[in-house]
Amino acid sequence: MYQVLKEVGLDLERANQIAGFHTNNKQKIGVPFAAVFLINFLDVCYQEKELNQRLKRLYPAVNEQETPLPRSWSPKDKFSYIGLSQNNLRVHYKGHGKTPKDAASVRATHPIPAACGVYYFEVKIISKGRDGYMGIGLSAQGVNMNRLPGWDKHSYGYHGDDGHSFCSSGTGQPYGPTFTTGDVIGCCVNLINNTCFYTKNGHSLGIAFTDLPPNLYPTVGLQTPGEVVDANFGQHPFVFDIEDYMREWRTKIQAQIDRFPIGEREGEWQAMIQKMVASYLVHHSYCATAEAFAKSTDQAVHEELASIKNRQKIQKLVLSGRMGEAIETTQQLYPSLLERNQDLLFMLKVRQFIEMVNGTDSEVRCLGGRSPKSQDSYPGSPRLFNSPVHKASSSQTYQTEQNNAEVEMELDHFSNGVSESSSNGFLNGSSTHGIDLEECDGDMVDSAQSKRQLCGGSQAAIERMIQFGRELQSMSEHLRRERGKNSANKKMLKDAFSLLAYSDPWSSPVGYQLDSIQREPVCSTLNSAILETHNLPKQPPLALSVGQAAQCLSLMARTGSGSCAFASVDDYLH
Amino acid sequence: MPCWYSEIPLFTATSRHYVDRLFDPDPQNVLQGVIDMKNAVIGNNRQKANLIVLGAVPRLLYLLQQSSSSLELRTECAVVLGSLAMGTENNIKSLVDCHIIPALLQGLLCSDLIFIEACLRCLRTVFISPVTPVQLLYTDPTVIPHLMSLLSRSQHTQEYITQIFAHCCKTPEHQTVLFNHGAIQNIAPLLISPSFKVRMQALKCFSVLAYENAQVSMTLVNVLVDGEQLSQVFVRMMQRDKPIEMQLTAAKCLTYMCRAGAIRTDDNCIVLKTLPCLVRMCSKERLLEERVEGAETLAYLMEPDIELQRIASVTDHLVSMLADYFKYPKTSVLDHDLKHAHELRQAAFKLYASLGSNDEDIRKKITETENMMDRIVSGLSESSIKVRLAAVRCLHSLSRSVQQLRTSFHDHAVWKPLMKLLQNAPDEVLVMASSTLCNLLLEFSPSKEPILESGVIELLCSLTQSDSPALRVNGIWALMNMAFQADQKVKVEIVRALGTEQLFRLLSDPDTNVLMKTLGLLRNLLSTRPHIDQVMSSHGKQIMQAVTLILEGEHSIEVKEQTLCILANIADGNTAKELIMTNDDMLQKIKYYMGHSNVKLQLAATFCISNLIWNEEDGSQERQDKLRDMGFVDILHKLTQASDPNLCDRAKTAMQQYLA
Repeated sequence: MYQVLKEVGLDLERANQIAGFHTNNKQKIGVPFAAVFLINFLDVCYQEKELNQRLKRLYPAVNEQETPLPRSWSPKDKFSYIGLSQNNLRVHYKGHGKTPKDAASVRATHPIPAACGVYYFEVKIISKGRDGYMGIGLSAQGVNMNRLPGWDKHSYGYHGDDGHSFCSSGTGQPYGPTFTTGDVIGCCVNLINNTCFYTKNGHSLGIAFTDLPPNLYPTVGLQTPGEVVDANFGQHPFVFDIEDYMREWRTKIQAQIDRFPIGEREGEWQAMIQKMVASYLVHHSYCATAEAFAKSTDQAVHEELASIKNRQKIQKLVLSGRMGEAIETTQQLYPSLLERNQDLLFMLKVRQFIEMVNGTDSEVRCLGGRSPKSQDSYPGSPRLFNSPVHKASSSQTYQTEQNNAEVEMELDHFSNGVSESSSNGFLNGSSTHGIDLEECDGDMVDSAQSKRQLCGGSQAAIERMIQFGRELQSMSEHLRRERGKNSANKKMLKDAFSLLAYSDPWSSPVGYQLDSIQREPVCSTLNSAILETHNLPKQPPLALSVGQAAQCLSLMARTGSGSCAFASVDDYLH
Repeated sequence: MPCWYSEIPLFTATSRHYVDRLFDPDPQNVLQGVIDMKNAVIGNNRQKANLIVLGAVPRLLYLLQQSSSSLELRTECAVVLGSLAMGTENNIKSLVDCHIIPALLQGLLCSDLIFIEACLRCLRTVFISPVTPVQLLYTDPTVIPHLMSLLSRSQHTQEYITQIFAHCCKTPEHQTVLFNHGAIQNIAPLLISPSFKVRMQALKCFSVLAYENAQVSMTLVNVLVDGEQLSQVFVRMMQRDKPIEMQLTAAKCLTYMCRAGAIRTDDNCIVLKTLPCLVRMCSKERLLEERVEGAETLAYLMEPDIELQRIASVTDHLVSMLADYFKYPKTSVLDHDLKHAHELRQAAFKLYASLGSNDEDIRKKITETENMMDRIVSGLSESSIKVRLAAVRCLHSLSRSVQQLRTSFHDHAVWKPLMKLLQNAPDEVLVMASSTLCNLLLEFSPSKEPILESGVIELLCSLTQSDSPALRVNGIWALMNMAFQADQKVKVEIVRALGTEQLFRLLSDPDTNVLMKTLGLLRNLLSTRPHIDQVMSSHGKQIMQAVTLILEGEHSIEVKEQTLCILANIADGNTAKELIMTNDDMLQKIKYYMGHSNVKLQLAATFCISNLIWNEEDGSQERQDKLRDMGFVDILHKLTQASDPNLCDRAKTAMQQYLA
């Protein structure tokens, strides 16, 4: 039985936990029981999968690492008269239920993240019990659980027995119809205007509360024996069409953005945009386009055309995987750059090693009997904005509150350029990737269709690669002796060498390194370094402002502005 | 003419110049003239009016129709005419008077798309004006099929033609014509057109086609657009991120299909989509027009269905949301504002009426809404007839509640403005008002007394003489309610005011409802012994005649039963019963009905006999003897074996009178 589960790759601890067993009972489970257990377990797995998909779809802006979404009731945050079952989704009352003093509540595991924009959960009344004194609502952390939601400060509830709403008060206001066994009650929190409305069996009952505080938890309270309710935090489809409501708010927020007034002075806005576009083109060395654009918009270019062309040449080499030539060209054109920046050089060399494995680097291509195409240029475009964060010196709140995070991210950018792209939320990665593959098919070795062989299949090339690897190893040791340990470098090298551990490196767990898309961060790091030596910004203002916008959105999420949910930067980058 | 010149010489001089150029012998100059004219009139209403007065229209039409004119010239003419039509309503009138419509329709036969589009654009502008008689679209039977065939030509033809249809489909006949020419199949694919305007106009077409039309609605539910059911296409158009106009019109389509019986009222697309969408249209955030249309459509949707009424009553605080409709300023210097205020109020009243038409709890909720009764009361005497009608509809709906009649109706003395409203109002209002009055005159209504004292009897009697059956029913119904357990004085007054002649005329009324209520009135008049004798002593002869006539005539069981009940009441009188006993023919009739196949009639007839032979009264012995001789005892004996327990009991009780 457990073997089965193991083979499916499931974690037993977790399985037991989910299915409600204690680990020490493991040995005692009989076969029929185990079968039931398996069915239940698979059911739960399916439910979890559906839950995750639905939550991702409903709340794409929520960063669950930072602010997890409520997924069940909390066994730790409840009054003792509350019993939980069915994966902590079913709540039943187990007290005496004689007086209101016997009321009991339970909160969800996590508060509602502001980045939801609009949050929704439903509660189905399984049984109204003796009197049906049930309350559904919201409360802040720390609010007394020996009460029904709504009775205390920072607590809000809609009660089944009288249909009243309770807004931090012991006396209710007439709000909606009563509810009882079989009804499904929904609670929707709008984190944009801080209101809440309820639904009954899929029908909106209208606003119940306004001016809600942040960080509220979904909460239910029961008061008499026999009362049982089930929560749906997204495990099942909702009865109410919440997505339709969210569509309305997305449209509203986007209309607000579209209508946002910009600079009063005529032409200023346009001029600024043109400047940003021009600087972006120059940065990424699209010389011809940059020249034409500057001409037609009547602007000056702040870099020599020759210099742009040099950078363009190097970038093309990096992006087509010809690292050896790229390093050489860099050393020719910018003699002291790599000397002074050993870490950068190391990174470039590691990339060269990877390209060797790939069979794309010029050195191994010569050996492979194929003449290097001296002018084959990389047809794809450099990736867009590939550094996540930049100092926003203009924004004061941003600076005061976010210093720590910023430092971290800057470091991140420097030391770990290769792997960072995966966590870059605002890259339109997949589409670029697709184009790359397609356009490179012609002569790239890494195309999926052509037969992939280590170093292009040549024995001489393999030897050269091994030798280069040794050189790299000694460079790494040399660097460590001179400049101390550098975990990023170490990992980089380890990952690259790992490629050799597999018979087919491309389909190995570290095979991603061979993907041409991994050239882009290398390319942009090198480009930025070159620009810095010219005292030019290492990031184009356009990328900076996009990064700034993305950062603003995550800041909004942290400070409780729900509208960030419907203003994804991606929506505006087509 | 000279006088006119002297008034605005500048304008006319230039205008005249434009017109003169239309008569230039050189066609090239004419074309240039028309183009210049086009540029001159854009956005200039004064110029447009001048050109029309100076007779540019007939000339433009002439040029447009001449096959010798170049296509370019003809097209430019259509464009200028379209521009002139964009002006004031007077412009449109002049254009229509110059027979622009047949000329442009003729132009559609041309094969050139640009020219066709120019003609259609102009036709569209003319037809969407309220001053253009829509009938002009249907005069020539070849026009509609031709327009249908043009739908495939371009997005512009689609937009203009659907817009024309949407505006010119006003009657069931129009719907049938369009339907028979394949409007549904031709327009349905346009619902997924890439052009928003085309989608919108196509949607509007469906809303006017489906309105109160079962044939269209039944067809619509089976239409597929790109493999998807039409109702689902409409549901998608109601999504909350769609433009409000689209949501509202799609909701109308589904509402009309539902009311026409093509979609069940418990279908999810109605309960979970259409209804909430319409409630949203009533929200404060919507424009006034949208709120009005939303409320009216919602009222129409849920009118016949208590479940929808219940759902709507708890959706988004609809009942209190509607109270906001009354907060638009009632007094304003602007006619425009006043009209909006009226429209909002009447829409709210209509929706309240619909909401409260069945459910007691909802009625309570409505009357408990802030100042609701005051608002209705003042609505009853508003200047706008539409508001008065809607207010009385609302009052009528609420008057179905016993509790409200006893409380809020009495507290607010609603009968007063209601009575005033009845004094002189159009029939529509009268029907509703008198129907409400019927409820207010119910026996348990505390308003009954003051209404009686206000001299309502004359008014109700005059209603019974109306040509409208609905008014006659309401009049006599109200009198019937009034006579129920009333004082002798009131009864006498009713008989006097109505006059026996009118009473008997009503007994031969072609409308069964009127007849039933008149019989009901008679029955109420003939209750309690002194009243029976009193009425029968003065009108006995006519009443007996009328009863005979009805019993002999071709009437429903209900009518005959009611008549036999009257007879039973008469038999209960002291002196009145002699009118039956001395009428052998009548006794034979009673005998006949005692042996009738319908139990209700048997019961009523038996009741009558039982009253005649009741022991404790004077002369009972003689009556018993006479009836035994006529064979009634045998019948009664037989009836004691009847399977119906009531009839059996009644017969046994009667038999006991003989045994005692």
